[in-house]
Amino acid sequence: MTAAVHVNNKIVLHGRKVVGGVAEGEALVTRDTISGWGGINEREGTVIERRHELRGVSFKDKVLVFPGAKGSSGYSAYFHMTRLNGVAPKAMIFVKMTTKAALGAVVTHSPTVTDLDQDPLTVIETGDWVKVDADRGIVEITKRVQAKSAS
Amino acid sequence: MKLTDAERAMLDGRDGPAKQKAMDLLMRYGEALGAERLVATNNVAGAFNASTPSVRALVAKGFDAVFSELNLDSQEVVPIPKMAVNTCQLITGIDNDKWRTQGIPDELAAQQKSAEKHFGALGINMFATCTPYQVGNVPVKGEHCAWMESSAVIYCNSVLGARTNTEGKESTGAAALTGRIPYWGYHIADNRRGTHLVEVDVEVDDIMDYGLLGYWLGEIVQEEIPVLTGKLSRPSLIKFKHFGAAAASSGGVEMYHVPGVTPEARDRDEAFGGNKIVGKLRYGAAERKLAYDNLNCASERDVDFVMLGCPHNAIEQIWLIASLLEGKKLSSNTQMWVHTPRALREVAERNGYVKMIEDAGGVVMSDTCPAISRYAPKGTRVIATDSAKQAHYLPAILNLPVWFGTVKQCVEAGLTGRWNGGLQ
Repeated sequence: MTAAVHVNNKIVLHGRKVVGGVAEGEALVTRDTISGWGGINEREGTVIERRHELRGVSFKDKVLVFPGAKGSSGYSAYFHMTRLNGVAPKAMIFVKMTTKAALGAVVTHSPTVTDLDQDPLTVIETGDWVKVDADRGIVEITKRVQAKSAS
Repeated sequence: MKLTDAERAMLDGRDGPAKQKAMDLLMRYGEALGAERLVATNNVAGAFNASTPSVRALVAKGFDAVFSELNLDSQEVVPIPKMAVNTCQLITGIDNDKWRTQGIPDELAAQQKSAEKHFGALGINMFATCTPYQVGNVPVKGEHCAWMESSAVIYCNSVLGARTNTEGKESTGAAALTGRIPYWGYHIADNRRGTHLVEVDVEVDDIMDYGLLGYWLGEIVQEEIPVLTGKLSRPSLIKFKHFGAAAASSGGVEMYHVPGVTPEARDRDEAFGGNKIVGKLRYGAAERKLAYDNLNCASERDVDFVMLGCPHNAIEQIWLIASLLEGKKLSSNTQMWVHTPRALREVAERNGYVKMIEDAGGVVMSDTCPAISRYAPKGTRVIATDSAKQAHYLPAILNLPVWFGTVKQCVEAGLTGRWNGGLQ
């Protein structure tokens, strides 16, 4: 693995396209896996699972950075409905490939990448500005606190 | 992905627009996974029903529009032909007979019935249960399936030795029309071997304890493959049903092995199949207590709703509940819903179990459950259930506190209106 490249306070990670397209937005990062059905509210785009660290937080228009999917097979159908309801994440970055995570991303139509060359859960923090160029498998991170990104 | 000539023909639209859209989705999905090809399947279990308020706008455009968008991820509405392979409907949101007891508007019940009439005629078998393996869909060892319903998927892989990933509403729609699903994950023998060794150090016998073990384990191993050894007493369909449902709720477990019991693990060596053991776990009294505490979020002991039957009850569970209720009356403050597949409800009716439960004031429902329907009896403030899966999901879905315990503790709560359960 190569170290992340810092360019003008930007960190660049490389990975693999799951769903094509380019999008950017503010990162929302969680270390907890996400349930679709029974774990999110598909009308508001919020996490509702009782013991989840993002409980009550909305991923609408965010770049959602998470370890992967868990729980019900209704995962894809619920992320699908967030798109129909206009509350889907703008882009997604996840770590562990599963059928739920893959299909959920495919039907949400949001640019999505995985298999990054560094752990996105460590490198990216909530509030960072993240550009996902899924077609090229590139993630560009601009740290929220500029001083923190000096290396 | 490499396609066969027949698959290429479907993708090119030579078999009509619906199969073209289905292949297009399977291509996008397969490439997202990193799959190299598709595999033929003749066993699909999915969700094709239109029973929620959120699909009303699509229903107004017709059932082809519902299937196109929700089962094929196609914004273009295409005419949906008959299913190409054996396909069944899993659990739905509405009991076709008892929707008024659920509190569901007549209009929504009518919507589900007309959807069933439409999709039934296209060859989707309306089992309407989360446990198709209880009512006639029992795949054989090695059979490639495309199933939804996480509790059924883990049962299919682990207990039956058939092969499926946790599919979704869209991939099962595409599979039903094409007879294909990505050849990835649990379809491949090498991916079915154990990763974690679990030593069960406390006696696990009744379904509450199988649920606690599954709930604790799923949260730790997430989507890995545990191999369970130790004090697992008298494994059975109902115990594995509860164990798997719990492990697939707190985590994403889709496969496990019990050496000497499940079909791909004659012994521990076969369960791991040469895999390096990446984690060793021990389940003892402290772990059991942790799972119990995590599942019990209620504090108020007055219980107004008892829910039994997630995953849907087997006939011997209905018999047990009927026996516990026989000649007694539920508290006037407490309602009880008992859920079982419609085919088994017929048997329960014929045996007199339904009458025994109804005479006590309970209701025997089919086709649905409170987590799927999002309906509990009106005014419910505190729920008691024997299901770790419902205890996990109901606080999020209905925003209500839940007590989790044995069937006996739950029935007792129904009779007295008070929760006196606890870990014994």
